[in-house]
Amino acid sequence: MIVETKGLRKRYNHVWALDGLDLFVQEGEIFGLLGPNGSGKTTTILVLLGLTEPTAGTARVCGYDPVREPLAVKRVVGYLPEKVGFYEELSAWENLRLLTRLNGIPEPEARKRIEEALEQVGLREVAHRPVSTYSHGMRRRLGIADVLVKKPRLAILDEPTSGIDPEGAMETLDLIKRLRDEGGMTVILSSHLLYQVQRICDRVGVLHRGKMVAEGRISELIGQGQGYWALVEGATAALRARLDSEEWTLSVEDLGEGRLRVTLEEGAQPKLFRVVAEEGGVITELRPKVRTLEDIYLQYFQE
Amino acid sequence: MATIFWKELADHLGSRRFFILSLIILVVAGTSVYLGIRAFAESPQTVGEHTYLLLFTQSQGGLPSFLSFLAFFGPLLAVLLGFDAVNSEFTRGTVSRILSQPIYRDAWINGKFLAGLTTLSVVVMSIVLLMFGLGLFALGFPPTGEEFLRLLLFVWVATVYLGFWLALGMLFSVLFRHTATSALASVATWLFFTLFLYMIAGVVADQVAPIRADATAANLLRNQDIQDFVLRFSPVALFEEATLPILIPTYRGLSLLALLTRTDVPTSPLSLGQSLLVGWPQLVGLVALTSVCFAVAYLVFMRREIRAS
Repeated sequence: MIVETKGLRKRYNHVWALDGLDLFVQEGEIFGLLGPNGSGKTTTILVLLGLTEPTAGTARVCGYDPVREPLAVKRVVGYLPEKVGFYEELSAWENLRLLTRLNGIPEPEARKRIEEALEQVGLREVAHRPVSTYSHGMRRRLGIADVLVKKPRLAILDEPTSGIDPEGAMETLDLIKRLRDEGGMTVILSSHLLYQVQRICDRVGVLHRGKMVAEGRISELIGQGQGYWALVEGATAALRARLDSEEWTLSVEDLGEGRLRVTLEEGAQPKLFRVVAEEGGVITELRPKVRTLEDIYLQYFQE
Repeated sequence: MATIFWKELADHLGSRRFFILSLIILVVAGTSVYLGIRAFAESPQTVGEHTYLLLFTQSQGGLPSFLSFLAFFGPLLAVLLGFDAVNSEFTRGTVSRILSQPIYRDAWINGKFLAGLTTLSVVVMSIVLLMFGLGLFALGFPPTGEEFLRLLLFVWVATVYLGFWLALGMLFSVLFRHTATSALASVATWLFFTLFLYMIAGVVADQVAPIRADATAANLLRNQDIQDFVLRFSPVALFEEATLPILIPTYRGLSLLALLTRTDVPTSPLSLGQSLLVGWPQLVGLVALTSVCFAVAYLVFMRREIRAS
């Protein structure tokens, strides 16, 4: 376990930002921390980094306790804050140089790492321009270069794709995935955009009001193998009656004008085809009945 | 901490506001040298043996002496270096970026304070040396060893004094989220100590020990003492009281007693050690004020939550 927290609680002025959070992340995985704004994602990250102290509970990051040994944690963890800011009057190169100095990376090694990082995020051409001339997307990429020069064991990225256009977001996510695949870095990333996270995360945890409400592999969470949805058009009353009586249909809903929405058991598709063919009608849609992360989300947030 | 220190120092020395303020102080330095030299040229015999010190204390025709100018406008320079030291990093979002690096949290604020202090002492020192140089040109004889020592001491006291204002600016920058608020608070405090407290001191003294038509010497003395007492809450007054004996060797203190005895005692200059003793309490007070002010800023900063928003 590279990250392990037990019963983490954190209170900000009478509000529990974290309310008994248990989080486990294994070495080498990409873990997605999901949840709407204000669900405790950033607080979790700050506690893991030792930037804020938990009110109760324990955390261990790379074998260190962030409360007692924050420096040891910060040495091996790279962090991209949600609203990352740079010294505007300095160039990208100088901003990274400051970071390598703070990390005590010796000069020749630092130069090499900065060049590499800038190359990887595609900022090499503009490396010596002041950051004030950078676009939003370039700043986000410079933030990732920030994490790269540290060569951390664990990278914590807070909303790495926020405010970037879809294409840029995809590129960023691919870069993150490549880093894990090639560099063996463990990645925790937080986001409120599910469809983006879905692409690259091995495991996700859904946070709501400071608690982990769902956790696991995406395939587990969305619950594959739970039956099928079908849409039948041109259905006769006979078909309706027959489907109603079959034991492999879970529900039949009449949408009017001969349209039926049918839910059936796993593996009952051939039976449906046969019945529909016999009684007359057309199957216009047939898809696995899955819960999307959206559904999981809504399930908790409508309360 | 060294990394933070050098970065902040480079920021200060390269910033536009630093350049503008240094320019103003430079002009004043030139003016004071001119005033001092003119006074010397008019009546060389009254100046005595401490010509160079005169360059720093001579005022004439509405133009303030370098000392009072530094006491009045120096704080602005110091406050300008400090008022956005911490909160601007919060608004720019650089706090979490820097503090997630393996450095102790206090290294950051210590580095900032030390860099500011160094900047200020470099400014004061270079102006003093510049005035020395100009004086050498105009007067044609070098300063004595004692004059030089006294001026070094003056530079040190001035740095401590400006350090108070730097620490105050930083304190406000920790307390307030917006740089505009901390700038206003700094300027308000500055106005209070440089202008209002002087008015308040007079009012308080007249209320507590009014001077009637048949006022006795004891009555006058008490009024003056109360005024001094109130004024000594101001670092500006402390600074002036601490530096006057250093820069004016014949100076024997502010109190009415000193004023009354001045006519009876020959106004021979005191030795450096004795001059230092005259301003010692004020000096200690100044150092204490600066330390306390920075300590409060330090404590508040260490307890501050690092939330991005």
